[in-house]
Amino acid sequence: MVTVDLNTQDVYNLIAGIPDPEIPVITIKDLGILRDVKLVDDTYTVTITPTYTACPAMGMIEDQIKEILSNHGIDKVKVELTYTPAWTTDWLSQEAKAKLKNYGIAPPNHSSCTKLFSTAEVVVCPQCNSRHTSLISRFGSTACKALYKCDNCKETFDLFKCH
Amino acid sequence: MTTKDATYNYAIRLGDNALILGHRLSELCSRGPILEEDLALTNVALDMIGRAQALLKYAAELEGKGHTEDDIAYRRAEINYHNHLLIEQPNGDFAHTIARQLYLSVFEYLFFTELEKSKDATLAAIASKTIKEVKYHMQHAIDWTLRLGDGTVESHKRMQKGLNDLYMYTGELFEMDHIDTYLLHQHIAVDTLSLKAKWQSEIEKVLTEATLSLPEDTYMQTGSKKGVHTENLGHILSEMQYLQRAYPDAKW
Repeated sequence: MVTVDLNTQDVYNLIAGIPDPEIPVITIKDLGILRDVKLVDDTYTVTITPTYTACPAMGMIEDQIKEILSNHGIDKVKVELTYTPAWTTDWLSQEAKAKLKNYGIAPPNHSSCTKLFSTAEVVVCPQCNSRHTSLISRFGSTACKALYKCDNCKETFDLFKCH
Repeated sequence: MTTKDATYNYAIRLGDNALILGHRLSELCSRGPILEEDLALTNVALDMIGRAQALLKYAAELEGKGHTEDDIAYRRAEINYHNHLLIEQPNGDFAHTIARQLYLSVFEYLFFTELEKSKDATLAAIASKTIKEVKYHMQHAIDWTLRLGDGTVESHKRMQKGLNDLYMYTGELFEMDHIDTYLLHQHIAVDTLSLKAKWQSEIEKVLTEATLSLPEDTYMQTGSKKGVHTENLGHILSEMQYLQRAYPDAKW
């Protein structure tokens, strides 16, 4: 039996570094999936929010949170899913966007997604920084990405969609 | 009828729409006309399954019998499903699929924009999450309607046929029954009747640009709110529920 004396901030810090299962260079904190940690009675309640409604990573993230906390002697953990406020790419930090670009995924380049469609937006190639890129498909390998190609270096790449 | 009962029914209807369309679109997995479309249609299917999960989970909570969203999805008979008739129609050729997506996504865009204002906090939250995804579905359907309608003679002909064949199922989208009216008075449900003119003008705008025309007024099919479906739903369920019926509580 491990005795623990951790506050909610410690618990938050323990799980903040969990990588996103699909884009392992960024963490659940970077993405804004990790919303809150509370101590209710003797149970740590962790609130997470999905990027897209059907994000298949939620179950895995929940398991990882429980595993990490269990390794630190915390077994009374509840993971709750919230839809409000709805997740938005506005929550991605500049640091997270830089990590995405280094990984080869073009980060969402403007914060407002209120416009219905933004086909005219300029997407910069994460490989060669060219602004001459074109959309191949609005839907990519995961719900949060669209498929682009670079007209300069000819590489295809993912765009993390503004959402 | 209590508000809870009515909201349960409302969540089931919305959940069934998402579930059955998710299933229909997933039938196209590995059968898309091109690789990008395979990805697109299955991405839309995934959004639908996520939405269904959220809504049916809420329905299960309101029902209060300890059921899960999976019990609700897999263990009801056909008559207890309340998805729109339009949604259960077969995929047909690609133009047919796109016509269904166009009619529906424009409707859903208008619908969820209103549902976001619902006094039911859970429905409003799901709506605000959904609306972001529906914009993508709608843009996808509009893009293809323009491409097929204003494309070749053959693609134009097929797109118009898809639109014509499915038009008779669109009237039902705007119907209000006693549950809708009851919840509308409590500012929980959406007044779908009021969305009809806007829907029609949005669809007409797209079709005009695509050199297509809005089908003529016709007899409108109805029944899903009472559990009366076209023959297509039974076939969907026989496939979708097979595993849960053959091996109840199967886990792997």
